[in-house]
Amino acid sequence: MRVALAACLVLLLPACGQQQVPAGPDIEAILAAGPAETLADYGLFTDPSAREPSEGVISYDLINPLFSDHASKHRLIYVPEGQAAGYRGGEEVLDFPVGTVLIKTFAFAPDMRSPDEGERYRETRLLIRKEDGWAAYPYVWNEDETEARYAPAGAWLDLAFTDPSGAPVEIDYRVPNQNQCKTCHQLGDAIAPIGPKARNLAHEGPLGVGQIEDWTMRGMLTGAPDSVEAVADVHDVSLPLDPRARAYLDINCAHCHRAEGSASNSGLWLGWEEQEAVRIGFGKHPTAAGRGSGSGTVVIEPGAPDASILVYRMDSAEAGVAMPELGRALIDDAGVELVRAWIEDMPTEN
Amino acid sequence: MRKLLFAAASVSVLAACGGAGDGSDSDASGNQSSVNGTSSSASDGTIEAGDDFALRLQTALIEAEPGSTITLPAGTFAMTDGLTLDVDGVTLRGASPAETILDFKNQMGSGEGLLVTSDDVTLTNFTVRDSKGDGIKSKGADRITYSNVKVEWLGEPSEDNGAYGIYPVESTDVLVEGSHVRGASDAGIYVGQSDNIIVRDNIAEFNVAGIEIENSSNAVVNGNVVRNNAGGILVFDLPDLPVMGGNTTLIRNNLIEDNNTRNFAPPGNIVASVPSGTGVIIMANEKVMVRDNNFANNQTAHVLITAYSQDFSDVDYNPLPRNIEVRNNTYGESGYNPQGDLGDLASLIGGNLPPVIWDGVTSWGDNPDSDLNIFINEPDSVGFVNLGLGAYPVDVSAASPSMDRPAGESIGAIPTVKLSHAE
Repeated sequence: MRVALAACLVLLLPACGQQQVPAGPDIEAILAAGPAETLADYGLFTDPSAREPSEGVISYDLINPLFSDHASKHRLIYVPEGQAAGYRGGEEVLDFPVGTVLIKTFAFAPDMRSPDEGERYRETRLLIRKEDGWAAYPYVWNEDETEARYAPAGAWLDLAFTDPSGAPVEIDYRVPNQNQCKTCHQLGDAIAPIGPKARNLAHEGPLGVGQIEDWTMRGMLTGAPDSVEAVADVHDVSLPLDPRARAYLDINCAHCHRAEGSASNSGLWLGWEEQEAVRIGFGKHPTAAGRGSGSGTVVIEPGAPDASILVYRMDSAEAGVAMPELGRALIDDAGVELVRAWIEDMPTEN
Repeated sequence: MRKLLFAAASVSVLAACGGAGDGSDSDASGNQSSVNGTSSSASDGTIEAGDDFALRLQTALIEAEPGSTITLPAGTFAMTDGLTLDVDGVTLRGASPAETILDFKNQMGSGEGLLVTSDDVTLTNFTVRDSKGDGIKSKGADRITYSNVKVEWLGEPSEDNGAYGIYPVESTDVLVEGSHVRGASDAGIYVGQSDNIIVRDNIAEFNVAGIEIENSSNAVVNGNVVRNNAGGILVFDLPDLPVMGGNTTLIRNNLIEDNNTRNFAPPGNIVASVPSGTGVIIMANEKVMVRDNNFANNQTAHVLITAYSQDFSDVDYNPLPRNIEVRNNTYGESGYNPQGDLGDLASLIGGNLPPVIWDGVTSWGDNPDSDLNIFINEPDSVGFVNLGLGAYPVDVSAASPSMDRPAGESIGAIPTVKLSHAE
């Protein structure tokens, strides 16, 4: 133990002076059996505050992100040089090679109507493709944003900001613990990324170029067709309600609500591809919802959003009722409005 | 241990740099906050009482070595989030349910108090209290043991309590023994979509359902005290779930009494249809034996055998109970104040109900009548009624009650359930 302590001190002491950061992504740290103690140890950024990505670490975004209490999410990807992710069809998460790191930093500004002004990094989550599968590690930023430290048990953060509608909010923001990362990222017995499906990447990202084409050009992606059909943008009001609502449920719910997910036992499967009406919630009675069912008897009651358990649970912030049950303290009002309109618009029987 | 040292190192270094660690940050900064000198260093997986208990416990659950034991001290500990365990072979052990209490009254997140997702886990000698959702859930957790655990919601039974107390689901080899569940707004002990199950010597009280075996196979429910619930022991099979075809359950040697608490389940849940005052309900299941139990003072009925009652479209689902045997039970007073739909039906036969009731549904959809083999293997002195509802969906006005027992034959002995991880 003394040895460990000494090693630890040695590791951390340079933090007092100029932060020593590995020159570029450190594949040893990336593929190590366990997590590095700090985000900087991976060499994914050239500065300790993780604003400047290292060579080969590429910014990207998703057409539809999961709602996370209005957090801004800064996504980056590292694929080891000479390796490439494989395309597996538009519906599937890309087949990322060993050594891939998916980096997602959660940030808040005092006024989320202008999220770039005074933005502060709060947590960074890594998904690392190890030799034997994916690992998920949460890191929490210090107050000075000079260091993000591994936090296996997660954290509670007291956050106050103005939300995108202009309303002031104060929340106990939850940084998930490492197991909770796995709860959402579960795929059978393994864990897996959720967002980077080809159809959810197929647009112009933060670098100002089509992401599928750009990644192909960079040699990070192979096998993608010239044109990948993009998922409906949840917030694009020029599109019909059905594909928008289904896309919303897909990214916000289907990571658990699918056959291989944490909510498999519910029999409620909300993936984009799901065709069977009862699995999507039509005529579907609650199984283990408890008070989460409110006064509803079915998940979706066409024409009657207020009688639909789906809306009831989305429109709650109370533990034991709220869905998703991890990852948010606030209600996604825009999402509730969308799903409400979708159900309202459904033809009623007879 | 390792965590503490790293944290200590981190704090000392940060202090040397000046700036960080102003204290206001302590709740927000995860593992950085775990050092303040009060917590002595742990040995061999013992979590000491003291500051940041929840954080240190969760960290230990994440960093546990497979096969290790994590020991909880005596005390009542406030939890702000659900706990999770995903390491195989871990034993989580408290001092006793009376002494070690994990209190989730101020829980802010997660759908349960404790979630176990790994195999070969043993949970013993502690209490989970007032969780916002379910008490303890184990999903896909094979060879799990719940032993001498308490899950409770304090106060009067309430719609606001969590749904399930002890909640193993999608698991093979499940043992729940010597445990105590109180106040669940659905089932106290709920085993769902699982195979090879023993639920024995527990106390389930003041829940909507005391013990429920649902969409599961090869279960033994033996030697439990099931009292003051709305419904005592339920054996159900429901449609539209990944695992269906619930079968082969033995309900034996249980004390099933005073299950006359009002049904406080939120509407919409299947148990909301359980009439208050019912001892055992068998719904849409195959091969269930109810024998050698002691029934006393259940105001609606001691044993109710019934078809699934809601609409469904699942073509693979059979909503009828079949191969059911009821034998050699002891029956005290019942049926004197029947509740729910059975209250309405009781008026057809003079107001009171006999202890054993079958709804008499023998077909559904376009299917012909089937011989369900409902065998009431009791002396003639034990009252019985066949409500004669005929076809599903249930139409109460179609009832044609009869006291005649259906012709049936014994379903034979239910095979002994042998768990691979326990006697």
